[in-house]
Amino acid sequence: MATDPRQSVLGEGETAATGMPQLDLGSFPNQIFWLLVALGAIYYVLSRVALPRIGAVLAERQGTITNDIAAAEELKLKASEAEAAYEKALADARAEAHRISDENKAEMQAELDRAMEKADARISEQQDESERRIAEIRDNAMANVEEIAKETAQALVGAMGGEAESGRVNSAVDTRMEERA
Amino acid sequence: MAQHEAAILVEEGASGAAHGGSEGGLSIHPMDQFVVQPLFHDGAVGIFTVTNATFWMAMAVLCTVLLLVIGTRGRNVVPSRAQSVAELAYGFVYKMVEDVTGREAVKYFPYIMTLFMFIVMANSLALLPMSFAPTAHISVTAVLAFAVFFGVTILGFVKHGTSFLGLFWVSSAPLVIRPVLAVIELISYFVRPVSHSVRLAGNITAGHAVLKVFAGFASVMGIGAILPVVAITAIYALEVLVAFIQAYIFTILTCVYLKDALHPSH
Repeated sequence: MATDPRQSVLGEGETAATGMPQLDLGSFPNQIFWLLVALGAIYYVLSRVALPRIGAVLAERQGTITNDIAAAEELKLKASEAEAAYEKALADARAEAHRISDENKAEMQAELDRAMEKADARISEQQDESERRIAEIRDNAMANVEEIAKETAQALVGAMGGEAESGRVNSAVDTRMEERA
Repeated sequence: MAQHEAAILVEEGASGAAHGGSEGGLSIHPMDQFVVQPLFHDGAVGIFTVTNATFWMAMAVLCTVLLLVIGTRGRNVVPSRAQSVAELAYGFVYKMVEDVTGREAVKYFPYIMTLFMFIVMANSLALLPMSFAPTAHISVTAVLAFAVFFGVTILGFVKHGTSFLGLFWVSSAPLVIRPVLAVIELISYFVRPVSHSVRLAGNITAGHAVLKVFAGFASVMGIGAILPVVAITAIYALEVLVAFIQAYIFTILTCVYLKDALHPSH
């Protein structure tokens, strides 16, 4: 069996060629040695570089997310505050508008009332004046009527041939006029 | 006579080594892939010889570094693809340690991560054609398993002194059967590294051997080798799964054993 090239390569060629190479005790020290080297290398790299770095990145991401969520909440709060302020400003403006329009209305009403009053006063004044003048005219007319009546009566008495005594005619006219009145 | 027989044996051996010759070309050597050979020269495998095992372990180390160090060099808050895989691996093992073993075991996380990364990388790289599977070797998995076993046992005694032995004394059981249980517990405790190591090596060995057997069928059948090729494809997919699952099992069992060491009371 020495011609088998595989066996000449191996330390424990006989077992390796016929059975499981895993049970070839000759390769054990080699594998164990290199395994320990490999594990040491991985452990060194992981514990010194990789794991702290990844841990830091994950922590940073967590922190960023937390911060972002907090910031978002804050902004949301601000937005709702702004909305409340806006609503309040709107309500204030509306109230102010109401107030101003009411004021204007009241002012206009007052002015109108004042103007009406003035107009009423003037109207009543003119009415009084008119009444006064009508009364005057009427009085004048009455006086004229009385005078004309007396003159007519005197003329009538004169025309009928009587000596018209002005005092008696006048008193008679007055008496009649009072009876008629 | 003896010389004659020896000559025949030599001849058979030579032709068998060449191609299995007279057996109709069917010469499948499913275990050849596990042979440890020097890389740069012929000769015996000494302890410091650079072998194919050395090379593929180095590849596992290299891939681990590529993934976890080079892949994360951006330290991006929004990760690149490599970085998210690295973070996934980190989170996967970290959460495993935290969930199975507890928060105070997080300081052993780098050791467990080392085990996981080595096994998962070695298993995965072993699936490349023409590569070598370090984790198919009982010598490798036994070192890993015994490292866990001794590490955990020593840690248990350091942390709890002799009360660590309470692990074997099931105080919740009736007093009469406690000695019996203690014997059983003790046996199961010492069987742990065996099952721990053989499970991994056995799974990888079996999968690779089966692949090789089907590959041998395929090479013999030539152009009509549809069935073996389909089978190889299916088994390969299964082996990809096994490569990860065995690393996962090895790691989670390590966590369970570590938990026993940290909390020995049942």
